[in-house]
Amino acid sequence: MTKTRLAALLLTSSLLGGAASAEDVTLTIESWRNDDLTIWQDKIIPAFEAANPGIKVVFAPTAPAEYNAALNSKLDAGTAGDLITCRPFDASLALYDKGQLADLSGLASMANFSDVAKSAWQTDDASATFCVPMASVIHGFIYNKDAFDALGIAVPTTEAEFFAALDKIKADGTYIPMAMGTNDQWEAATMGYNNIGPNYWKGEEGRLALIKGEQKLTDEAWVAPYRQLAKWKDYLGDGFEAQTYPDSQNLFTLGRAAVYPAGSWEISGFNAQAGFKMGAFPPPVQAAGDECYISDHTDIALGMNAKSAHPDEAKVFLDWVGSAEFATLYANALPGFFSLNSTPVAMEDPLAQEFVSWRDKCKSTIRSTYQILSRGTPNLETETWNASVNAIKGTETPEDAGKRLQEGLASWYDPQK
Amino acid sequence: MNKARHNPLNSAAAHGALILYTLIALFPVFVILINSFKTRKAIFAEPLAPPLGDAFSLIGYQTVMKQGDFFLYFQNSFIVTVASLFFILLFGAMAAFALSEYRFRGNMLMGLYLALGIMIPIRIGTVAILELMVQTGLINTLLALILVYTAQGLPLAVFILSEFMRQVSDDLKNAGRIDGMSEYAIFFKLVLPLVRPAMATVAVFNMIPIWNDLWFPLILAPGESTKTLTLGSQVFIGQFVTDWNAVLSALSLAILPVLVLYVIFSRQLIRGITSGAVK
Amino acid sequence: MAGRPRSHIVVFLAPAVIVYTAVMIWPLFNTLRLALYVGGPEGRHFAGLENFRTLFGDPRWSASFWNALGNNVWFFIIHMIVQNPIGIALAAILSHPRLRFSAFYRSAIFIPTILSFVIVGFAWKLILSPIWGIAPSMLDALGLKALFAPWLGKEDYALTTLALISVWQFVGIPMMLIYAALLSIPEEVLEAGEIDGLTGWAAFWKIKLPLILPSIGIISILTFVGNFNAFDLIYAAQGALAGPNFSTDILGTFLYRTFFGFQLQLGDPHMGSAIATAMFAIILTGVCIYLWGIQTRMRRYQF
Repeated sequence: MTKTRLAALLLTSSLLGGAASAEDVTLTIESWRNDDLTIWQDKIIPAFEAANPGIKVVFAPTAPAEYNAALNSKLDAGTAGDLITCRPFDASLALYDKGQLADLSGLASMANFSDVAKSAWQTDDASATFCVPMASVIHGFIYNKDAFDALGIAVPTTEAEFFAALDKIKADGTYIPMAMGTNDQWEAATMGYNNIGPNYWKGEEGRLALIKGEQKLTDEAWVAPYRQLAKWKDYLGDGFEAQTYPDSQNLFTLGRAAVYPAGSWEISGFNAQAGFKMGAFPPPVQAAGDECYISDHTDIALGMNAKSAHPDEAKVFLDWVGSAEFATLYANALPGFFSLNSTPVAMEDPLAQEFVSWRDKCKSTIRSTYQILSRGTPNLETETWNASVNAIKGTETPEDAGKRLQEGLASWYDPQK
Repeated sequence: MNKARHNPLNSAAAHGALILYTLIALFPVFVILINSFKTRKAIFAEPLAPPLGDAFSLIGYQTVMKQGDFFLYFQNSFIVTVASLFFILLFGAMAAFALSEYRFRGNMLMGLYLALGIMIPIRIGTVAILELMVQTGLINTLLALILVYTAQGLPLAVFILSEFMRQVSDDLKNAGRIDGMSEYAIFFKLVLPLVRPAMATVAVFNMIPIWNDLWFPLILAPGESTKTLTLGSQVFIGQFVTDWNAVLSALSLAILPVLVLYVIFSRQLIRGITSGAVK
Repeated sequence: MAGRPRSHIVVFLAPAVIVYTAVMIWPLFNTLRLALYVGGPEGRHFAGLENFRTLFGDPRWSASFWNALGNNVWFFIIHMIVQNPIGIALAAILSHPRLRFSAFYRSAIFIPTILSFVIVGFAWKLILSPIWGIAPSMLDALGLKALFAPWLGKEDYALTTLALISVWQFVGIPMMLIYAALLSIPEEVLEAGEIDGLTGWAAFWKIKLPLILPSIGIISILTFVGNFNAFDLIYAAQGALAGPNFSTDILGTFLYRTFFGFQLQLGDPHMGSAIATAMFAIILTGVCIYLWGIQTRMRRYQF
């Protein structure tokens, strides 16, 4: 206990530095969003500080690849910041279980969020919520509108139209039909499998059935997305095996590729870098008239370090993060990170508006592997990355991939045994 | 000196091989540097073209410079690197001398003990190290980093230096002893000057991982006033970063100081090597 | 020497031993100890060798472990057969007494060694990229376009490619060590050889090489230890999953992924420590073989 207090003391004294006056309290935010540094510094934090004199806030991001490891080490040793940006589901649940994240169920602004919005940051029985939901991200496809217009391609709504469009782009030869690579692996699963998959497994219906053990990964609904991914291979650029995530982004924004399997978080970066008009469409359905499903994934939230030296001030900040004011500020500063607040947020960005409009036409779900199913070893999410890459490259058949994943899951997850 | 060991044909072949390898060694660095001065479109259109005309842009450097006090970061990196090297060389040479010079019980075991550290990645001890620094109040100080890097550098230093010290002539040392020199004088006045090339080598080897380390600055000294250059530039290198101008500029800024440091040290290194060889 | 007070040995050893023990050995072994425990909802409890049984007995864990070890051995072999001979050859050429510009060459060739892994990974990915890569267009200019493949993305080539990048980065180390050793060979020894008619390559093989064998021993063991601890380059170039399909996974990346966790996989310090202990055992065995089997038998020449 003295150790922690000492740590907190040292941390705050070093952070206070001297700039802040004696009564000011400084809160530090741990985050993996280093891309958002300027938005926090220039827009979000000043808005809060203006309304709450006496509380200073410092946004201290870590590169995403190091975030979890660095944060966990700092929490274990008691030197982490007051506010912790929460990854969804088990990564944060584990921190709560270890007593490192505080229970925030009593926070007034929690009332502003639906049960679904909160589900990613709750205990399994939903008795405690430990992070204030900030945003979700929606999957779909971003396309080069100028290219589509020039080639006379209409926005595809069914799979047949989707592949016909890709064929047309390929035959024309001006553009690489689709910008995606498999070097970094995660895009294949996140922008591939979990983007198109919900249409096959019917969103929440299939996802929950898998958790209950009523469906298996060898079922058609879970294997079929791999079959579609296998067809993508012909439309990717040369050497896609070694193409990285930044390669794909640059291919698209430089106008060399026509379609980009996307997450909505790309919007602000693409707006800044692309010199052409862009549009977006949800994952095409199997047959015209089918119900459509989208991945509207609860992605980011903010919690409180249980050992924070300033719990009261931290709660003031968190309460503000749960407010409609923050929701509007955040969603517009970072188009593509959609507010989870129940109060509707007016969005100014047309592309972001397009993405969020799918919430009305299609049924929302979250990524299939995130809740509960990636708790054991082998880890289903990581295995899905690998299987999606194998499917695209054609080094493993969709059926074999499904079988391998099912065996892995069944090896530790009782409902699937 | 003898002419038999020198003929023009051999010399041309030697230069040919060295030039070829030098090109291989410098080419990637060259690619990073020229592209850091170009616009994003130009980087991808013609990665090998020089940054001239329309292609020239400083946008990357402007983005990077806005982001933090790079001069302070450089100063922190410099203090940490130089102080750690000093302690590694001093403590390492002393221990290496004890191990290579004296026969005592457990000599071999002590040598092995001091080498254990290079056999386990020190990262896995992170939490214990962090707790230690918290207990001693060293968190967010440069001293915490210096201690970790000193400990981390010692095994290699002891290992290399003791090997070189074994080659120092016994007659020389015994002559010193007969003249009444203390063991300390023998070490500082006779042995240390003779192993200068090895010391310079150890310094250069250790400088690199210390300068380039991201992990311990991130964990032990992430505060704004103690940030190192590598940590300061990591903001631009992450999963969601597409801004290649900024990435390349940050990388170039991280290369340049270490290049300068290396050139300074390499003069010392060469002087050390030559003076050690001539006896 | 008998009879002299020996307190100076303690003085010589103390600073290094104290700093090293407190900041390195104690934290490391305090962590390795976790290998004997398992975590659970009711807290950490002692489990003996259970984690090792899982690591070597469970088919999934052991497959990952042997895959990583096999890749690591290949990584090491490439360094031994490419990096060290090139390093020795460069040092031999550089140590030629009348060579002009030798300071320039020496500095230039050592430059890759001082770069961070992030830069090395980024630069080579840029050069080898199939999309804007410099390699495809250069091969094209030579009429060898057909030879190009997205090497880092192919299971068959990725590990070898990364090993060669690592060789590129670290060749300066054997070069410098051997160079220092060659320079410390006294002129008289070489002149004595010349009188016996040994010059050029013959002098290198018959006189210099035996004299620098201890240094070759050092670089071999340093390469061994460095390679079996390697992590950063593969992490920077291929990510923690060491793709494609784990074909570049070595012990260091396997350890990092397990110990600190990755994406949705939570870190497991217990299994992680078990892997670290296994790595430690492998490296310790190698070092012991060197210390007792090679170093003590090697003939050293004092000048």
